[in-house]
Amino acid sequence: MEFENTIGLETHVQLKTNTKMFCSCLLKTGCEPNTNVCPVCLGYPGALPVMNKEAVKLTVMSGLMLGCEINRHATFDRKNYFYPDMAKDYQISENGNPLCIGGGVEITRADGTKKFIRINHIHLEEDAAKINHYAAHSGVDFNRGGTPLMEIVSEPDISSADEAIAYLTALKEILVYAGVSDCNLEEGNMRSDVNISIRPVGAEKLGTKVEIKNMNTFKGIHAALEYEARRQRECMVHSIPIVQETRRWDGDSMETASMRSKENAHDYRYFPEPDLVPVALTEEQVAEWKALLPEKPEVRRARMIEEYGIAEYDAGVLSQHKANADYFEAAAKGLDKKTAKLLCNLYMSDVMALMNATGKAISECAMKPEALRSLVELSAKGTINGPTLKELLPEIFEKGGDPVAIVEERGLGAVSDTAALEAFVDQAIAANPNVVEDYKAGKKAAAGFFVGQVMKLSKGKADPKMVGPMIAKKLAAM
Amino acid sequence: MSLHELGVRQAAEGLAEKKFSSVELTQAVIDRVREKDSEIGAYLTFDEEGALASAKAADEARAARNDLPLLGVPVAIKDLINVKGQPCTCASKMLKGYTSPYDATVIKNLKAAGAVCAGRVNMDEFAMGSSTENSGLGVTRNPYDLSRVPGGSSGGSAAAVGGNLAIAAFGTDTGGSIRQPASFCNIVGLKPSYGRVSRFGVTAFASSLDQVGPMTKSVDDAAMLLQVLAGHDEMDGTTPKDPVPDYMKAMEGASMKGVKIGLPKEYYDVSGLDPEVKRITDEAIRSCEAAGAELVEVSLPHTEYAMAVYYIIAPAEASANLARFDGVRYGHRSERSDDVFNLYARSRAEGFGPEVKRRIIMGTYVLSSGYYDAYYGRASKVRTLIRRDFEEVFKKVDTLLTPVAPTPAFKIGEVQDPLTMYLNDLFTIPGSLAGNCSMSIPAGFAQSGDVKLPVGVQFICDAYREDSLLRIGKAFEGLSGK
Repeated sequence: MEFENTIGLETHVQLKTNTKMFCSCLLKTGCEPNTNVCPVCLGYPGALPVMNKEAVKLTVMSGLMLGCEINRHATFDRKNYFYPDMAKDYQISENGNPLCIGGGVEITRADGTKKFIRINHIHLEEDAAKINHYAAHSGVDFNRGGTPLMEIVSEPDISSADEAIAYLTALKEILVYAGVSDCNLEEGNMRSDVNISIRPVGAEKLGTKVEIKNMNTFKGIHAALEYEARRQRECMVHSIPIVQETRRWDGDSMETASMRSKENAHDYRYFPEPDLVPVALTEEQVAEWKALLPEKPEVRRARMIEEYGIAEYDAGVLSQHKANADYFEAAAKGLDKKTAKLLCNLYMSDVMALMNATGKAISECAMKPEALRSLVELSAKGTINGPTLKELLPEIFEKGGDPVAIVEERGLGAVSDTAALEAFVDQAIAANPNVVEDYKAGKKAAAGFFVGQVMKLSKGKADPKMVGPMIAKKLAAM
Repeated sequence: MSLHELGVRQAAEGLAEKKFSSVELTQAVIDRVREKDSEIGAYLTFDEEGALASAKAADEARAARNDLPLLGVPVAIKDLINVKGQPCTCASKMLKGYTSPYDATVIKNLKAAGAVCAGRVNMDEFAMGSSTENSGLGVTRNPYDLSRVPGGSSGGSAAAVGGNLAIAAFGTDTGGSIRQPASFCNIVGLKPSYGRVSRFGVTAFASSLDQVGPMTKSVDDAAMLLQVLAGHDEMDGTTPKDPVPDYMKAMEGASMKGVKIGLPKEYYDVSGLDPEVKRITDEAIRSCEAAGAELVEVSLPHTEYAMAVYYIIAPAEASANLARFDGVRYGHRSERSDDVFNLYARSRAEGFGPEVKRRIIMGTYVLSSGYYDAYYGRASKVRTLIRRDFEEVFKKVDTLLTPVAPTPAFKIGEVQDPLTMYLNDLFTIPGSLAGNCSMSIPAGFAQSGDVKLPVGVQFICDAYREDSLLRIGKAFEGLSGK
């Protein structure tokens, strides 16, 4: 029997705010435990939550990027459960009336076809603290407690582990692009719970849903989904009933294991949070935030192809990371399509190679976009030749500086004066009569030797493109 | 008049005119507390040294400036409002030994106005109760009859002020906890409109109802203290930015002439209203009329549901608010907490008293899956209807005049049944649910055997009309023959 998967994801994304969701404690990693805490995030008697407006803004911006409808009257609720990582023993979340509704992302499958994954809603909530277990006791570090989290809940539109990863990759790309989160998986910026059920192909009724928690890498999510789909398939084949339950992914044994069944599911006793008034966003406010949005990667890709005449592949690579695309566009400012294409080639090959070799992001290198632009312009105009360009680029990448000034100061300008070049050509020919003989005897490659000699004599400044024809002409005339 | 008998206004004026020092005034209160509090039991703790040090600092500051409204005036604080470095037990074993790490906004405001935040007064545990008998830490007696309760939950505040063991006190009111004890102890108790005063730093019972308010010897005192408390607070999102009127100015030339007083018929058609309370309330109505007020019979048709709505919403919110007392970060932790579940279950079983447990269980129940719509959901809708009742009525009248509680102070131990106890707040709960402002003002004495027991009346005004409430209250206070 053939089966198909029905998969939905709940993805928690840590928002890039300076302070916590409901207090002014700083969000910093690597601090001593319980140093970024206050009566609010420790749940002391009498403390009240104060809304972090930046978190609301970043959530709304995410919603706008993902095509959601923005709810201008979102409300918060209390989700009640006892656990030492939750200071108040309830979490402030949005249950029934979240900030963003609907929307979705387009993914590209392995075979190149596209698929739209719908989003049910995005809500804003606070993160729990971190529990550390020791030999004889456990400790709670509240530094993380109260971090703003946005939960993106997808519709069950995903049908494979590959699609789930494509969805998460697309989400990550968009959210990093919008600057709302670093989506740093190692630091737990992006964590997902998945829901998966299987059913025979063609069956109308969905299978029994199983939720899997505790995965923080794409690799783990992929493996967990593959494992769980296989496990459920085997249950089906052997007529073992699938239980509605929450399972935990064990990355060591590479298996899922039952955490709790539906009967033991928490009753969170949600009710409206009386300490917070509804968010109340004006249309103007939403419009203002909308204006701050960057172009979506796919829109930018298309525009860059059109505007700079660069190849689709190159535009794709550049637009994948906002920093690269921003840098490229700043450097390409005012260039004609032909020069922009040269810039693109240089960026795609040499600049990216330098980034790889040095381990530096483009934002970390000393070279300003304007410097790269004038370097390309100097080369395009023939002021410097190819070898000089390749020599200067790493230096400016590393140390910065204005290429025009450097070329001037060091006299690196290409020699394009015909008379001067002819003098070099004559000198080279005169010094190597035996090579001239070889040439005459039919060894046409000898012409290349003279180009090299001229470059040497000119200390690398001769324009090889001019030198080549000159030599050919001279030799032919001999 | 001895210094401890003074009210806020008299004390502040005396200090400003340098008739006495804050140290002298504070010492007089301390002496009075030492003399009388062993029988009344209003205070849980009194940091005498700290109070005198603050008083000394106030006297020294006086030389430099004389413009702080409460400079050097000692006040008593209900033991659920956080004052940095002081205990904040909420009269619960759960928080015995707890020291507060921060000042509530109301305390910041009081300190900025120069007040000396001295003693901490008793209450029903976590403000749940109407007699202060639910305190986990001690008994408070009514200064007018030591065999009787002072009311609650702000019973310590009322007993301290009524017995002249404090110049003034602060209480909190969720369903009547300022107004009912004020009535029982012959003082003024003002419950501000919801959101008028910051709740930041005030241990929460029911977040959508709780308000801090002054409990004083006069309406003037209430106005002076409210002036310092009221206003927007960045730390409390439920406090709007509405401007705060000048309350003392609002009371200038206060008179009953032309005031339209609504008499809600549902409040007078109640079985169980004590005949003496009825007599005193009727006399209050007559004296208002005699002074030129216009009486209007009005109706608040959803009044009969208020009690039920309150006992769904308040416990529901309390069940979440009190979850944080789990033995993990502060407060009582059971010796027998050998795993996480027992840490919670045993710490809470040992730390909370029976009424607190009852309300947590009720609140947990009404929020449970499958019951939410029938209880909390429906109660929220009816609450809106109750609020609309008041809004409609305040289109027609300036204020409502009602009894505060159905009876005068009852005997300690007399009321055993929780439901009978809950009925004490029959007249105060609807206004709390609506979020408007109200005040209990002394109106007379009920004859009970050979003792006379104080009885107050309640004025209720529209939300954010504390100016009107104080003006009417001031006029009532000045009436004779009530």
